This record gives sequence, C-alpha cells and structure tokens, in this order.
Amino acid sequence: MEIGIEHYLTVAAMLFTLGVFGIFLNRKNVIIILLSIELILLSVNINLVAFSSYMGDMVGQIFTMLILTVAAAEASIGLAILVVYFRNRGSIAVEDINLMKG
Amino acid sequence: MITAICFYIFATILIGSGIMVVFSKNPVHSVLFLILAFFNAAGLFVLLGAEFVAMILVIVYVGAVAVMFLFVVMMLDINFTELRKGVQDYLPIGLLIGIILMVEMVVIVGGWSMTDGIAVTINSATPKVLEVTNTDAIGRILYTDNIFLFQLAGLILLVAMIGAIVLTHRKRSGVKKQDIGKQVRRRRHEAYEAVDVKPGQGI
Repeated sequence: MEIGIEHYLTVAAMLFTLGVFGIFLNRKNVIIILLSIELILLSVNINLVAFSSYMGDMVGQIFTMLILTVAAAEASIGLAILVVYFRNRGSIAVEDINLMKG
Repeated sequence: MITAICFYIFATILIGSGIMVVFSKNPVHSVLFLILAFFNAAGLFVLLGAEFVAMILVIVYVGAVAVMFLFVVMMLDINFTELRKGVQDYLPIGLLIGIILMVEMVVIVGGWSMTDGIAVTINSATPKVLEVTNTDAIGRILYTDNIFLFQLAGLILLVAMIGAIVLTHRKRSGVKKQDIGKQVRRRRHEAYEAVDVKPGQGI
C-alpha cells in the first residue's frame, strides 16, 4: 500500500473544508473563527510540504516556515484586538462589532 | 507498510480533532483539540521527510500560538453558551458551502498529475538524505537563495510584536510607581524644614 501525494492532498482538502465550515458554523464566536483560520493555514502547510517532498524541491518547506510566521503574527494581532475589544465592550460577539458601519 | 499505517493513524486523528475544534461546545476543548491536530500534522510532516518543519510546527504552534489562545480564552470571562446560540441556523449554508468546496477540491486533486519533465525546472533540489540532513539542507537554501523571505518573516514578526504591544498596553491611573527623575530632582529644601525650637516651648 503506497502512500502517494494524493493522500496528503486529500487530508489537506478535508482540513481546509473543515476550517471554512467552522467559520460558517461559529459565526458568533471570534475565538473559534481564529482557530478555524489556523486549521486552514495548517492545511495549506500540509499541501506545501507534500509537494515539496514528492517533487524533491526544498523551497516548499521554506514557504511553510513563512506561512508559519504569518500564522503566528496573525494569531497574536487577532488576540490582541480581541482583548482590547473585550476590555472596551465586555463582549466578543461578532454581531456587536458594528461601530464602524456608519 | 508501516508508513501507510502511520499515515492513516495520523490523518484520522488529524481530521477527527479538526472536527472537534469546530464542533466542541467549550472553546478550551477546541484549543486543546487544535493542539492535538498540530501534533498529528507534525507526524505527517515527519512521514514526508520534513523533520525540521515538523519540530518547528510543534514548537511554534503548540508552544506559542496554542498556549496564547488558551491564555486568552481562560482570561476573558465570556458566556460561551450565549455565543453557541444560533449555530443551527448556519448549519445548512455551512454544510452546502463545505460540500461544494470539498467536491471542487476533490475534482482538482483527482484530475491532476505531475508533468514528466518537472524535475528539470526545480531550483533547489532536495539533497540525498544520507548525505545532508533536512535541517542542514533547509539552512543551505534559507540563508542564501531565500534570504529576503527570511528577512521578510523577521519583519512580519517585528511588526506583529509592536502591534500587539501597542494595542494591549494601557496607562493606569492611581498606580504608585517609582519615578527616578522625580527622585533625582528632589532638593533638600523641599524635603524638610529646620525649625529652631526653644527648650520648654515646643513648636
């Protein structure tokens, strides 16, 4: 039983779909939305590493590390915004975030 | 054979914990399942021969990002049952879009194959595993061909750090703090007064 690149791509596709599904399902909870974004980025990483491994090209792993960096930065900024928002409003419900609607 | 067994174990637990991240009622459980998902993704990376990225994934995600999530989830006092309301309303549209996305990606993966002459176009080919380790190979191209990518990553982290500090830093009033400048500027005549007290009179 040979594990080919298709297997990894399928796992990554399922994880990506789960992430998108999580964003739609938990539309009120910002924390779960951030976690879903992390899942999506993880699936992209799996894709990159799978292609890097099966094509024999190292650049995919370099890009994986860049995406890792971006994910960490995104999580830190997102959580900082969340903390400030909670401090000001006492709630993190997405529906309440409409002050800039005008 | 052992690779296939490992792959299926890792992939199953990865997808299962991904489902639990999305469907878990308690966000703390979601974060813990996210940690499990990251561990299993690291296992998949090891199977693919990318040990360095796997270890980085464990260190950065489990050690930093997930702990930060856990910290924020536990620190904020949020009524999560309130936030769970109305999940059923979004279930049909979410399922619909999820299924469409899944089908599209399966179609793309199914009808895809690698071109024969693709090996010619590769810039930085993976060296033989027995001669050069994965970490060594990454180091050789990360600091030479991809130095701008590396510096860009550092810049992104710097901006994120400054942004997080600026966002969450606040000045509190009514807190007693040491002010060294004020202490140094203090002069003798501000601090005390010499009074000439006569004996038996007091002030």
